[in-house]
Amino acid sequence: MNEQQNKYHPNQSGYFGEFGGAFIPEMLHANVENLRSRYEEIIKEESFQKEYNALLKDYVGRPTPLYFAKRLSEEIGAQIYLKREDLCHTGAHKVNNTIGQILLAQRLGKTRIIAETGAGQHGVATATVCALMGLECIVYMGEVDIARQAPNVQRMKMLGATVRPALSGSKTLKDATNEAIRDWIDNPEDTHYIIGSVVGPHPYPDMVARFQAIISEEMKWQLKEKTGKENPDYIVACVGGGSNAAGAFYHYLNDEDVQLVLVEAAGEGVDSGKSAATSILGSQGVIHGSMTLLMQDEYGQIVEPHSISAGLDYPGIGPLHAHLIKSKRASVYAATDAEAIQSAFHITKIEGIIPALETAHAFAILPKMNLKSEDVVIVNLSGRGDKDLNTYMQFQPNNKTDE
Amino acid sequence: MNRLTKLFSEKKSNILNIYFTAGFPELNDTGKIIETLAESGADLIELGMPYSDPLADGTTIQDSSSIALKNGMELDTLFKQVTEIRKTVDIPIMLMGYFNQVMQFGETKFFDNCVNAGIDGLIIPDLPMDYYQIHIQSLLEERDIKMTFLVTPQTSDERIKQADKLSSAFLYIVAKSSITGKTTDISNNQLNYFDRLKAMNLTAPQLIGFGIHDKTSFDQACKFANGAIIGSEFIRLLKREGLSGIKEFIESIK
Repeated sequence: MNEQQNKYHPNQSGYFGEFGGAFIPEMLHANVENLRSRYEEIIKEESFQKEYNALLKDYVGRPTPLYFAKRLSEEIGAQIYLKREDLCHTGAHKVNNTIGQILLAQRLGKTRIIAETGAGQHGVATATVCALMGLECIVYMGEVDIARQAPNVQRMKMLGATVRPALSGSKTLKDATNEAIRDWIDNPEDTHYIIGSVVGPHPYPDMVARFQAIISEEMKWQLKEKTGKENPDYIVACVGGGSNAAGAFYHYLNDEDVQLVLVEAAGEGVDSGKSAATSILGSQGVIHGSMTLLMQDEYGQIVEPHSISAGLDYPGIGPLHAHLIKSKRASVYAATDAEAIQSAFHITKIEGIIPALETAHAFAILPKMNLKSEDVVIVNLSGRGDKDLNTYMQFQPNNKTDE
Repeated sequence: MNRLTKLFSEKKSNILNIYFTAGFPELNDTGKIIETLAESGADLIELGMPYSDPLADGTTIQDSSSIALKNGMELDTLFKQVTEIRKTVDIPIMLMGYFNQVMQFGETKFFDNCVNAGIDGLIIPDLPMDYYQIHIQSLLEERDIKMTFLVTPQTSDERIKQADKLSSAFLYIVAKSSITGKTTDISNNQLNYFDRLKAMNLTAPQLIGFGIHDKTSFDQACKFANGAIIGSEFIRLLKREGLSGIKEFIESIK
């Protein structure tokens, strides 16, 4: 990972522009400070890099392909490439980060791992690396998400993790995050908290982005190899907290000719009252230890979001993304539940790839982008859709007639 | 004079600070609870501003916050309730809540409302000390509103000194590494921590919180500090018995 110090990277206090920082109770301070003071040095260690890269290659299956989506390109009228993070071990990009953080946790002498999960992909990726390293693993997951992501719950259990339901609030990702933070407060000595997205107090947003940066690191040489071009015209990624987008953007942040496109979950419609379009509906405030954009009422009470996709059902957004949006480095689109479902079926039909519901949001906006035929677009295909089959089955047009 | 300043200059030991969530159990109970606490002999009230995502709090306070929010509690109502009860009670009152609540209300507007309502101090656990120094401290000093910071067994000596210096109300000694609401006896580790604090010759008054739930744990805590804070146990009492058990509970502690 190359060190890049510039306006899109955090300062010493973890601020991306006016977003970021560490708004945490004192009970968390020692843990977060321990991590903050050591993460850069540990990540740079040769032994760390060697182990991290070896695991990414032989265990995760990297590099993941950059695939030219021929039929989709013809249909949209642009040159569309898919970064196949869905082919990572465990089925999504989340494992890039958990591999990095488990190696970090070992070097910090931690023996117990906690994590939050929404769609279950980060939970599975955490349970997987804990099994790999023989560490105790506790995953907090909203009760609502446990119900809608049953296969991932079973996978985590099979991997030896304890899945603890978050019963407070909306019983989704934000509440699972609250519970994980509370667990960390209660267990300050032996526990490392593997946050799954580019959210939370500094250094998490930066640290997770660095572990996901492998995505754009590979994209750089893969695109050149395939097209001779240095840079794509667009990179499109869905955003909840924003880890896959951060990874896909990371090495292009300074290449201002590359247009960075974030796709939020509009739920039943941005103005329907049932949405998770954070940057569109949100305002500046503090959530999960970070100054960022979030959905809240006039009194700062956090508004419960809605998305059909558990991975995007989050009322905040990583501070890096808040900064990219505010500084107009990234543009934002929103896709509704219905558009995402429709898009998932369509992509499956024309490319033979069943995308995760989260990723389907990114595909859904391609027809709206007014792309030109020579435009080179990379869509970060952040995960595969096996985990969403229960949801997809409800919308399967043939189900009724074939029963 | 700020009521906290007065309290800490007059009373050096066995100070009883009671936390409860505004708008719980019923929306309009706030004033009545403050009044009863003052009459029963509590020295200081920490009034919780109910929040949707109270990170530092355990289930008991979290649940009371959810109920208060469902009851319709919001900051404008809270300030009105305190303004009203201030006409008749003189007990020091602090507000406890999360920084996002202050930020969204508008910092200056929030602090002005505190002054008008007769709020004496603030506890905002997720407000970083450096952010406080840069953005908040002078606003509070201009208005004579006092501030409290927290220290835990994991807090370094250097940081404890900084928190002590910045705590113009009192220094909140978190008895153990935990969210609120867990009751256990004082352990050897805690004794070492309390001794460490004692040896540092800190200047702010000190109150111990987290895990204090009855006379025994209150008396124990008071051996190491100027007093102690009871929160979750008091919420449990309100939940169990409503307002009728307050007097007896406070008298059992004193």
